[in-house]
Amino acid sequence: MAISKQVKDVTAACSGVESGMTLMLGGFGLCGIPECSIAELVRLGIQDVTCISNNAGVDDFGLGLLLQQRQIRKMISSYVGENDEFERQMLSGELEVDLIPQGSLAERCRAGGAGIPAFYTPAGYGTEVAAGKEVRDFNGKPHILESALTADFAFVKAWKGDASGNLIFKATARNFNPMMAMAGKITVAEVEELVPEGELDPNSIHTPGIFVQRIFQGSGYEKRIEQRTVQSR
Amino acid sequence: MLDKNGIAQRIAQEVRNGWYVNLGIGIPTLVANYIPSGMEVEFQSENGILGMGPFPMEGDEDADLINAGKQTITAMPGAAYFDSATSFAMIRGQHVQLTVLGAMEVSQNGDIANWKIPGKMVKGMGGAMDLVASAENIIVAMMHTNRAGESKLLSDCSLPLTGVACVRRVVTNLAVLDIRDGAFHLVEVAPGISVEQVVAATAGKLVVPESVPEMQFS
Repeated sequence: MAISKQVKDVTAACSGVESGMTLMLGGFGLCGIPECSIAELVRLGIQDVTCISNNAGVDDFGLGLLLQQRQIRKMISSYVGENDEFERQMLSGELEVDLIPQGSLAERCRAGGAGIPAFYTPAGYGTEVAAGKEVRDFNGKPHILESALTADFAFVKAWKGDASGNLIFKATARNFNPMMAMAGKITVAEVEELVPEGELDPNSIHTPGIFVQRIFQGSGYEKRIEQRTVQSR
Repeated sequence: MLDKNGIAQRIAQEVRNGWYVNLGIGIPTLVANYIPSGMEVEFQSENGILGMGPFPMEGDEDADLINAGKQTITAMPGAAYFDSATSFAMIRGQHVQLTVLGAMEVSQNGDIANWKIPGKMVKGMGGAMDLVASAENIIVAMMHTNRAGESKLLSDCSLPLTGVACVRRVVTNLAVLDIRDGAFHLVEVAPGISVEQVVAATAGKLVVPESVPEMQFS
């Protein structure tokens, strides 16, 4: 019989989250972010958390909601250009920020989940990112040593999932979610559609349930669009 | 002098049949508008799509389908979606043939700066550092001078670097320039632009051949 990861709601899913923890949050921009879990983290009022997320949301949505409440002590991200409050807190020194190349961020999460403590990459060589990091030449080209990232909790959002924790993402909402699911000590998956066991095709699973500890049916998704670009009919 | 669309149109001439191409935010995004129909080219956006198509028709936009600039897009027939680690495996592993990106400064040895102005602006590097560190063919699309009229083609970058000795070609509103042997080499001038204007707007070392052709647009 399959192992069930299903929990009743977002409150049960976030049980055990405490101030001072390191949290991973999937998503790229506002695409594929765990909206329900973020709302619960705001409600819980936890403080001094370190958030690992490619972006920091916008001022009034996504991780911007946690920033507004000054709940975040440190951000580990690659691009934060869409959030004025973030920039203000960073330039004033209230918020500690570690900016790292996007590919290195993705691979550091993947490595964290895959049991690889560190790896060499050419990205960032000769820049501020390389400060204090080991440099080594491979095939005549310099690389820097980047270490794995893990988190106390990883929050991811999928399109479909089942009680076993198997996940399928939609389009570009996949982004960082699969790697972060791997790297969380406790990974919480929220899904738009929680389907009965056996309904998902095992050939089509993006994240196998072994990486997910808790899964719940999300609700009230806003799925806000950051840059609505269209052609007129 | 070219406008942003002109720069994109000129860069489109660099794209070859069968190439996978990553286009950065801003002017580079416009390059896709000038690829000749019938040419087999796929656009990669590093947030997780190969085979990126044009903006959707009004009403068809999907919050789950965006490009690296967070703009709503469509997927072409034959497109594929993937996670961020796979996306950067394509980039780091040199499976993408051409990268086009914007810059605040470029130096005569091919250094590029485009992610930070200390004390003023910090947006982050996004995927730019991974792209410039690994791509074999990097073209920078930018204006030749900044808003204050100062050259963006320098002997050394003054801003924090995104990558070192990586840019091969720069296309600006004034000219096409190659970077090799520690200097900018003037390749073409924009329509109506003189060599002297390019020389005046270029702070870094500039090599000018005896004859410099004007850009051709069909």
